[in-house]
Amino acid sequence: MSEYKITIGIECHVQLNTKTKLFSAVDNDAVDKEPNSCVSPIDYALPGMLPVLNKAAVEKAVRAGLAMNCKINLTSRFDRKHYYYPDLPKGYQISQMYQPIIGAGVIHLPDGSDVKIEHAHLEEDAGKLTHFGNYSLVDLNRAGTPLIEIVSMPDIHSAAQARAYCEELHRLMMYADVTNGDLYQGNMRFDVNISISKTEKLGTRAEIKNLNSFRSVERAVEYEYKRQKALLEKGERVIQETRGWNDTTGKTTSQRSKEEAQDYRYMPEPDVPPIVLEQSYVDKVAASMPLMPADYRSKFDILNLDESEREAIINYPVLAKRLAEACDKNINLSPRIAHWFSSTLLTEENQDKDFSLATADELLELSEMVEKKELSSTAAKDVLMEMYDRKNTSKTPHQLAKEMNLLQENDENALSAIIDEVLMMPECAKAAEDVRNGEMKAIGFLVGQVMKKSKGKANPASVNELIKNKLS
Amino acid sequence: MKIADKNTKAVDLVRAALEKAKEYEDYHAFISMNEAHALERAREIDAKIEKGEEVGRLAGVPFALKDNYLSPEGNTTAAAKMLEDFPAPITATAVKKLEDEGAIMIGRANLDAYAHGGSTENSYFGPTSNAYDKTRVAGGSSGGSAVAVALDIVPFALGSDTGGSIRQPASFNGVYGVKPTYGTVSRYGVVAMASSTDTMGCFAKDAADANLVMSIIAGKDEKDSTTLDDFWTKDLADAKASKKKIGLITDFMGDGVDADVKKTTEDYANKLKKAGYKVEEVSLPILKYALAIYYIVQPAEVASNLSRYDGIRYGHRAKEIHNLGDIYSKTRDEGFMPENKRRILIGNFVLSSGFFDAYYLKAQKARTLLINAYNEAFEKYDALLCPVSPSPAFKIGENTSDPLKMYLEDVMTVPPSMAGLPAISVPAGKNKAGLPIGVQLVGPRKSDQVLLHIAAELEGK
Repeated sequence: MSEYKITIGIECHVQLNTKTKLFSAVDNDAVDKEPNSCVSPIDYALPGMLPVLNKAAVEKAVRAGLAMNCKINLTSRFDRKHYYYPDLPKGYQISQMYQPIIGAGVIHLPDGSDVKIEHAHLEEDAGKLTHFGNYSLVDLNRAGTPLIEIVSMPDIHSAAQARAYCEELHRLMMYADVTNGDLYQGNMRFDVNISISKTEKLGTRAEIKNLNSFRSVERAVEYEYKRQKALLEKGERVIQETRGWNDTTGKTTSQRSKEEAQDYRYMPEPDVPPIVLEQSYVDKVAASMPLMPADYRSKFDILNLDESEREAIINYPVLAKRLAEACDKNINLSPRIAHWFSSTLLTEENQDKDFSLATADELLELSEMVEKKELSSTAAKDVLMEMYDRKNTSKTPHQLAKEMNLLQENDENALSAIIDEVLMMPECAKAAEDVRNGEMKAIGFLVGQVMKKSKGKANPASVNELIKNKLS
Repeated sequence: MKIADKNTKAVDLVRAALEKAKEYEDYHAFISMNEAHALERAREIDAKIEKGEEVGRLAGVPFALKDNYLSPEGNTTAAAKMLEDFPAPITATAVKKLEDEGAIMIGRANLDAYAHGGSTENSYFGPTSNAYDKTRVAGGSSGGSAVAVALDIVPFALGSDTGGSIRQPASFNGVYGVKPTYGTVSRYGVVAMASSTDTMGCFAKDAADANLVMSIIAGKDEKDSTTLDDFWTKDLADAKASKKKIGLITDFMGDGVDADVKKTTEDYANKLKKAGYKVEEVSLPILKYALAIYYIVQPAEVASNLSRYDGIRYGHRAKEIHNLGDIYSKTRDEGFMPENKRRILIGNFVLSSGFFDAYYLKAQKARTLLINAYNEAFEKYDALLCPVSPSPAFKIGENTSDPLKMYLEDVMTVPPSMAGLPAISVPAGKNKAGLPIGVQLVGPRKSDQVLLHIAAELEGK
């Protein structure tokens, strides 16, 4: 008996980080704002109000499209999608049903697989409803926030790949600088369509709406696979429906079936003229795009990094950029920088640091100091962190190391004096005796004492050598 | 029209208008008066004149405002219970432009609720009477505005025209009515009816006044993305027709058209000939289908545009509410007039899944054919001449039980609306009973001033 093959397509809503809303000139950033304080008469849908398209949102959409290797449609139009809900002031959402701005494309996942993009369109977000017992309150701060909805082809075939796709989308959108990318704030939300089948013919799909973390995408897919498989094995059928995800129970539950699906009565939006772009405009935007994750992946090939190490760095565009710059200048000194990034810098407590603070040249300088044994690798990490904390960015790594008194002591005379002191110490007598008798294991203790006495500045290899010479 | 100056006080102009409005109160041309604000503005203008300051091209001129234009002075009701108590926080662009030129809004004119109708009988506040026969309708939907000008209460009034709502009441009341090229005047701040054919225009007593008002309110507005760059820039005398050729549309001169209406239109054609125009009969068979197209596209847009009246944020909200469904259904049931509901039903039907292609999409295709037919005609003619309405003003109540008959009132005014063309209603005569009859001149896009120039040439002839 063959296994069920899972087929997944994902729709992702991305809130664009424009200054103002899609069709009005009010603040688009509602984080920490009083409810209903970022609302224009247009978003409030007063009578006689007309939407005025925000050109910045169009540019962000084009950037997002280019980031996904999509065709940019030079003519696109808006449509009205009608439904009644208190968070939708006009009674319709302005969206792009028939002629979206972003056409077909493809994104490359870190594992080398590809997921095709069907299209992506511009639309406005709705407001937010909060329920309290027998009443509900409406907050329209988010109403009118520009979104792009990215629709993938059903190219995804595992929970892990679904997660990887969402993560890659997030990376692409961050790289293209089209969203703040804060999943907790709902900046990116995922609707996942899942079906399973043993044959080439796709099974009936269920749509899991409004997932707001990568983990919940992965878990929801895993759960749905089990649920649908159990149904089919019992001889029952999967119903085409919308399901919600409960993060606490780890289960999906039915919300509404296809039969109950709304008729959105789409209609061309007569108040907003079509978006007509020149190819030269698209070219100009394309020229302003930074390198994308896939570009960095091939660039970092030569460093031989683990996939997880590489992706951790690529998650931060500025670090990827620094590492790439370093690679271009001195490939031999760069692996150490990559390792610093993934193991030292990218920890929980450093989340708030400004990762742009250290330049590629400075990082290379630091790496070279270790290479030349001017700095121990432990001390180098301290200098590295100081580079991201320093107020005065004109201070070089060397200056910092010196100020921090971390430069290694390579002067044999100075080292020799310290070693002599250590060998005189009563607590070292036994170890010294052992080494003299050829028990080389004991040398470690002596080196440690020298390091301690030199406050870490001594070069351990040199110390080792010198002690051996003295005791032979 | 009289403009305030050193010798003519704005206060006197406004007071005279207010008094006249009171005298003709029983015509019910107004929903509400703006007396206190109007007099205050008049005093300000007089004070400026006294000091020799700039006061604008319409200083102290009182006007009536169709009550679907938003203005913070009083409530903007759209003649609907839904907005009975709605104080607008903003000013419509057209109103702002008039006020910047010193014009003074003295009252809000009656209309069919949400501008749905051709008689002003659909007003939540009751019908407006015809200026020439109180038992007859004012026409609509801008009935109050037309009657206010016809009764000489104000020298001009603002209206809106989606399928004939300025031209038909102008014709019924013997005044000029201008429906400009789509996009000429900003729709910002006007309660939307059908967005793709909504146009803002005016009523006036002669072509010169109409031209002056339109030249002020026309122009690009960043708040309405469909507005055109200002083309209303010529002196009326210079806006001459280039071909000197007019087409008389025979399709609207046949059966079902009142004999007096036909005669008045023929007489006007003869006057045009005397004035040096060549008038030819022309048939555009597709125009007959415009009404069918219109009553698909317009209700669809109406249904969509009325979605925002949900009782959540402003306007009427039903009292007995137990759940979210109640808020919507009861509020909308109570707040809308039967004609509003009829259009919402038709609109939602033609937009619903499975019917969209057969109705809406097909109608839009037919609309393109209509535009093409017009374009072809305008290669030959400066303008097309036809009646405004198949008959003069009908009796109040005569058509209210037959919505289809009411819709047929629009058959001659709807075609230019669907094509976005300028069309003006010109007073052309009266029938034996003394009811006014207007004729309609339709031109290519942006030829609005040419149409007024032609009408002006024939004035008094």
